[in-house]
Amino acid sequence: MIRTSSIRKKNAPFLFACIAPAALLCGLFVIYPAFSIFRISLYKWGGYTREKVFVGLDNYKILFSDSRFLHSLRNSLILLLTVTAVTLVISLFTAYLLTESSLKLKSFFRVVFYIPNILSVVVVSAIFSAIYDPRRGLLNSLLSVFGISGPLWLGERELVIYSIALAMIWQASGYYMVMYMAAMGAVPKSLYEAAEVEGAGSLRRFFSVTLPSILPQLRTTLTFFVISNINISFLLVRAMTGGGPDGASEVLLSYMYKQSYTNSSYGYGMAIGSSVFILSFAVCAAVNFITRPRD
Amino acid sequence: MKRILCLFLILSLMPLSLASCARKRETDKNVLKVAVLESAYGSEMWRQVAKAFEEENEGVTVKLTAEKNLEDVISAKMKSGDYPDFVHLATGREAALTETLIKGNALEDISDVFEMTVPGENVKVSEKLTDGFTSTLATNPYSNSKTYLAPMFYSPCGLFYNAGLFRERGWDVPETWEEMWELGDKAKKEGIYLFTYPTAGYFDSLVFALLAEVGGIDFYNDCMNYKKDIWESDDADEFFEIMEKLLSYTEPTTVANANNDNYLKNQQLILDNKALFMPNGTWVVGEMSDAPRAEGFEWGFCALPAAEDEDRFSYTFFEQSWIPKESENKDLAKKFCAFLYSDKAARIFAGSGAVQPLKNSADFVSGESKLFYSVYEDGASAVMGGFAATEALEGVSMGDTLFSSINSVVSKDKSIEKWRSEISAVSEKLRKVKK
Repeated sequence: MIRTSSIRKKNAPFLFACIAPAALLCGLFVIYPAFSIFRISLYKWGGYTREKVFVGLDNYKILFSDSRFLHSLRNSLILLLTVTAVTLVISLFTAYLLTESSLKLKSFFRVVFYIPNILSVVVVSAIFSAIYDPRRGLLNSLLSVFGISGPLWLGERELVIYSIALAMIWQASGYYMVMYMAAMGAVPKSLYEAAEVEGAGSLRRFFSVTLPSILPQLRTTLTFFVISNINISFLLVRAMTGGGPDGASEVLLSYMYKQSYTNSSYGYGMAIGSSVFILSFAVCAAVNFITRPRD
Repeated sequence: MKRILCLFLILSLMPLSLASCARKRETDKNVLKVAVLESAYGSEMWRQVAKAFEEENEGVTVKLTAEKNLEDVISAKMKSGDYPDFVHLATGREAALTETLIKGNALEDISDVFEMTVPGENVKVSEKLTDGFTSTLATNPYSNSKTYLAPMFYSPCGLFYNAGLFRERGWDVPETWEEMWELGDKAKKEGIYLFTYPTAGYFDSLVFALLAEVGGIDFYNDCMNYKKDIWESDDADEFFEIMEKLLSYTEPTTVANANNDNYLKNQQLILDNKALFMPNGTWVVGEMSDAPRAEGFEWGFCALPAAEDEDRFSYTFFEQSWIPKESENKDLAKKFCAFLYSDKAARIFAGSGAVQPLKNSADFVSGESKLFYSVYEDGASAVMGGFAATEALEGVSMGDTLFSSINSVVSKDKSIEKWRSEISAVSEKLRKVKK
């Protein structure tokens, strides 16, 4: 016991030197900015002038009566749920298909599915704007073949957020598919062989062998989903609709940008930023709790 | 160990001392830091003007920053206390840097610039400027006689159309709203919609001109100054009636493309003869110069049709320049501002299509631009400015309520009554925090 303690003491400077740079960077670029956001959210401030008025929690009180903020929150939650659920199913399915099948073009499909992820959001936005074009767009042209008059995908208030969700799903599926393929590749073959001997079919093997085996990776990607959803939705909304029509596709971060800059309410914008921070943490914590391994 | 620690501390202080040297150099009274937005006119004209100013003022160096995303470039420096001395950046941009500084009382009073003699000439700046440009809320945002923003390049806004199509079909350009509706019905039978718009933001010019038409300049000013119950008045009744009717003639796909990514598709509707009129500014000609167009297409431009027995109006959009209160070289910045109104500078600007509100600006304008800039000679009156400055109100935006909501009115998600009541409520809120 004494010996262990003395070794620890001896190594302390070395351990400190190892941890210090990372801790310093983390403090400087993560903890301090996060703290600053909370601090600024307590002020009425335009962002540039020296004139700052301390308003306490007033900015947070306004959030609850601001219908545009509540609409943005609703949209962000819709995207969080729909994009995560659909992308998860699609990427799991395609990953399983490519891992299990004896397709000769497996590598080719892996690359093809991954391509949307390496495209810039502006390119994705341009592709989907062309697909959704009400006059010459792919989607409405296809529907017109069946005699259906297509809707205004980016022009109808109730539809526009799902149009953005579709673009996000297309963009993200390949990325998660590759991650799940890597996880599935690490599942011991003996488990599949044993399942086959037991007479398990392809579907049964997926639910009884594959899914439980890749659960740790699945949990990690759920956290990725939350973070990337919030970030990518902001970029896509900015590039595709600018939050329109009339704020119908506004998400939390795009509304934060509008309030911080266009409406000169930097303090209020930071209150929205803090809410996003808390929301992401809460959702990640909830997801981790729900999907925790049970003995 | 102590020695190493001392060395570390000294080394860490070095960047600080270097930084302070750099700051000291930047406060040189002969160096003018100019930050300008690189708009559709390009940045070359600014480089030439900066050079001309340096030639006029021996020993002076203009440190020019010309960027398309100017706000992103200068705002971070401004937050750390490094302010440019002179900025050319108009209001109405998404990042709203100019508006934020107006709301924070962070602009320098430049009223004296207009009493200065134009460098190299024997005339005062105010004598060269077209009347009315320095008495609007876009230059005097606090509704007083002090000018904080210099009017720089102006552009008449109104309705743009295909003059070739009108000639081909034998249609007259409507001069009253009644004639406008008749034309709308006539065109619809031929599969052409009366109206479209690039994005809802483009309604500022139309809304402002229409307000002046239905109730005169006083009514317009009352609206801009958030007068109590102004949006419930009889003049406002007429405004909303015309807007409701006009929006009902909108081309149906317009809302879907009324965003920053697709607005050119709405402008293309005019070039393809799918819609007749759109609100826009003179820059649209350059913006659509490479776009395909119907045979015989020719740009036409007119002021809004007249309301019953009223005058016709055209909104004049102009870009503004200003000097931050934190500028360390204000006198030189003011001199530079005055120089921008010299014939030498005006000629350079006009060479890139940027026209200043000068009494002799006709000397510098040529070609297609003459048609647009002659709108006021054809009987239309000019309306300028915008909403009065207020304190920032969290979650409340007149721009969103008055303009963005138009998309919902067109798509019938919002009734005209609801739109009106929302505008009225926002106006009331902003009235209480007006500066």
